[in-house]
Amino acid sequence: MSIVLPRAQFNLLIEALQARGYDVIGPTVRDQAIVYEEIQSDADLPIGWTDEQDGGHYRLKRRNDEALFGYAVGPTSWKQFLQLPRVKLLSIERDASGSTRFEPGDAEEPPRLAFLGVRSCELHAIAIQDRVLLGNGYTDSHYEKRRRNIFTIAVNCGTAGGTCFCVSMNTGPKVRDRTPHDIALTELLDGVEGHRLVLTAGSEAGAEVLASLPSRSAAAEDLERAEAVVAKTAQHMGRQMDTDRLPERLLENLEHPRWDEVAERCLTCANCTLVCPTCFCTTVEDITDVTGDHAERWRRWDSCFTIDFTWMNGGSARQSGRSRYRQWLTHKLATWHDQFGSSGCVGCGRCIAWCPVGIDITEEATALRNPANGNADTPPISNSSDEQNP
Amino acid sequence: MSLSGSSSAASGYPLPSFSDGGDPMIPTPWRVAYRRDETEDVFTLGLEPVENDTPRPPFAPGQFNMLYAFGAGESAISISGDPGSEGGCLVHTVRRAGVVTSALSRLRPGEQIGVRGPFGKPWPLDEMRGRDLVFVAGGIGLAPLRPAIYHALAHRQDYGRLVILAGARSPEEVLFGEEFDQWKTEDGVESRLTVDHAGESWTRDVGVVTKLITKADFDPANAAALICGPEIMMRYTAMELRSRGLTNEQIFITMERNMKCAVAFCGHCQLGPEFLCKDGPVYRFDRIAFWFAQREV
Amino acid sequence: MSKTLEPILRKHPFFAGMADGDLRLVTGCAKNVRFDANAVLAKDGQAADEFFVIREGSLAVGIASPQGGRLLIETLDAGEVVGWSWLFPPHVWQFDIVAVTPVRVLSMDGRCLREKCDAEPRLGYDLMKRFSSVISKRLAATRLQLLDIYAGKETKPGAISPT
Repeated sequence: MSIVLPRAQFNLLIEALQARGYDVIGPTVRDQAIVYEEIQSDADLPIGWTDEQDGGHYRLKRRNDEALFGYAVGPTSWKQFLQLPRVKLLSIERDASGSTRFEPGDAEEPPRLAFLGVRSCELHAIAIQDRVLLGNGYTDSHYEKRRRNIFTIAVNCGTAGGTCFCVSMNTGPKVRDRTPHDIALTELLDGVEGHRLVLTAGSEAGAEVLASLPSRSAAAEDLERAEAVVAKTAQHMGRQMDTDRLPERLLENLEHPRWDEVAERCLTCANCTLVCPTCFCTTVEDITDVTGDHAERWRRWDSCFTIDFTWMNGGSARQSGRSRYRQWLTHKLATWHDQFGSSGCVGCGRCIAWCPVGIDITEEATALRNPANGNADTPPISNSSDEQNP
Repeated sequence: MSLSGSSSAASGYPLPSFSDGGDPMIPTPWRVAYRRDETEDVFTLGLEPVENDTPRPPFAPGQFNMLYAFGAGESAISISGDPGSEGGCLVHTVRRAGVVTSALSRLRPGEQIGVRGPFGKPWPLDEMRGRDLVFVAGGIGLAPLRPAIYHALAHRQDYGRLVILAGARSPEEVLFGEEFDQWKTEDGVESRLTVDHAGESWTRDVGVVTKLITKADFDPANAAALICGPEIMMRYTAMELRSRGLTNEQIFITMERNMKCAVAFCGHCQLGPEFLCKDGPVYRFDRIAFWFAQREV
Repeated sequence: MSKTLEPILRKHPFFAGMADGDLRLVTGCAKNVRFDANAVLAKDGQAADEFFVIREGSLAVGIASPQGGRLLIETLDAGEVVGWSWLFPPHVWQFDIVAVTPVRVLSMDGRCLREKCDAEPRLGYDLMKRFSSVISKRLAATRLQLLDIYAGKETKPGAISPT
């Protein structure tokens, strides 16, 4: 079921979600970036803004139109609402007799959130985190209770980002049925009717919301125009990555000299893991109050780039920056397949833009998939040279 | 919330009850029943449930618990007690190495701690039936092996010869010395202790534990080896076992890494694609050989 | 009397596979000795004119400790040999050798063997190969002991503390 909503009426969608008890999380401009925050109306959207992204570079630029979704992705992802950056796991109470009680933290029912503006790559990232935190033998209850309440309005990208490579990773730009969503929208800026949005239901809940909006059904022509928009986006990816047998190639090259080269640049600042929508590593923090009766355990985001990530028995298993960069890349692009049956990378390109020194995952993957001395496709030097020098 | 250890059907070995849906990060309070110094920095805690009638949950040799010390944090500690003793204490042998283990070492009988577990894949003792078993322990590594040794002794008829070899730094750092003497009195059981250096009153072996393998009496064609100790020691022990004729499919080791959650969420314990807390910590050597041999992974 | 020792040498792992002629030569330098527990077979600094082929019991290699007494750094038992300082000038023991238990050894006369090896280089080469193998294994084992791997800290050169 698809409808067309004129731009002027787009806020009706947001109101419909709010009326159904959702807090709407959507893109907005803050601190010179487009981030995901709670929004109140369509006025909060990054109207007419786009992002210019490259290695270590992110700038907002004005578009020459008033597109609502005319950007790619910013430094934040949806994971901050599902796997919270900080969550209280438990409180521990100890009374005078030494009797200890463990009380689960994070006990309140979380708010119902509607995610407005989820890219296809981001839908894949959420599905990947689902496999890690819900489908790997144990259930992360904090993630689960937030995840089950989400209403997603996905966006078919109309603008390809400078660091995007979802086409290479087969995660976009078109929103597909295999990544569940409630509504998928495509923004159309041209044509006689002017600025409008084509919205397609992806679930019963989505259909119910769409049915409540005063709009006309989408005609074949609308749907064709929408297809054309996202098809054009697919032609303009800023980056690409050859994923053919990439896991095996990377694991064959664990001592490749390229690791030393990238290690010289990498600051192990952990930006890439913070902006990456699939990175899931966490750590725990234990705190007590002064009386000694009350303690708490908190969980917070962590990064495999930190020097004490593998600390044990007086040393770290991965001490050098080289080993930590290698861990991140080989996990994301190789061993993730063994663990979860897919790549860990969705091609959103955030790590490229937000790396302070502009390390480009696609460039590193290309260099590291080939043997150290030159291209795999170059034939070896033939033995006939011996005949020339008897 | 009690640890009923009920979720074992699918995996074939005990798992904590919350593996079927509860919150896996909530510990259960247990009480210290006894505390014993083993060496200068190694101690054993015997834990009993806070509620008197709660049975001790089952565990399999090689599994571990996360022990929580109030305000200090958690540490992954292998269970070192007898899996067959009904209604006994939950026993852990701990080395004092950092903040959490130091806090655990200050506990006295009657005090309470938090326990989550049991976690991890155990020694596959059922698959080893009918074979000679060679246990090789280095230092504190004897603690995670001890439940497997108890099991083999309690099911003597299921196994062939038992060879128990342990290495320690010095006589003062030998663990479970009296039990060692008891073990070798059993039929078909050989147990040898060696230390890196000793004073003259030491009348047993001095030298690396790998040397004891050369002299041990077992049938390489029909043996299984269980190794636990520092990684360097496990590597050299595996090499020595191979030179005695064992294949990597006959050798089992147990791995250790920084663990924060023990339920494959936090990512800390990863070695290559392996989550040591869930896919290990016990591994058949051929399955971990590639990653075991890599440097700084 | 040396003749009766030849089958004993032949069975001992150290001489496994030695040619009959060489074995006879070597047997000529062997004598059977017993020691009680705690007997001192050799002392650091003494002339090294023999090596011991252990038949039964165990010997320990020790170093005199500054506080008095000895630090034992290796024990060797039946099937092993101890002592190679007889091979190299100045032919002086570098460690103490003590009996941990009552032992039966073959004491091999170093001077006698050196003369026979000089006369028959082939025998010398064979003995050298056997001793090199023993020394190499001892060195590998000693290196592992040197790492002190049970000390509680994984050996990580230059480990950086996070705190």
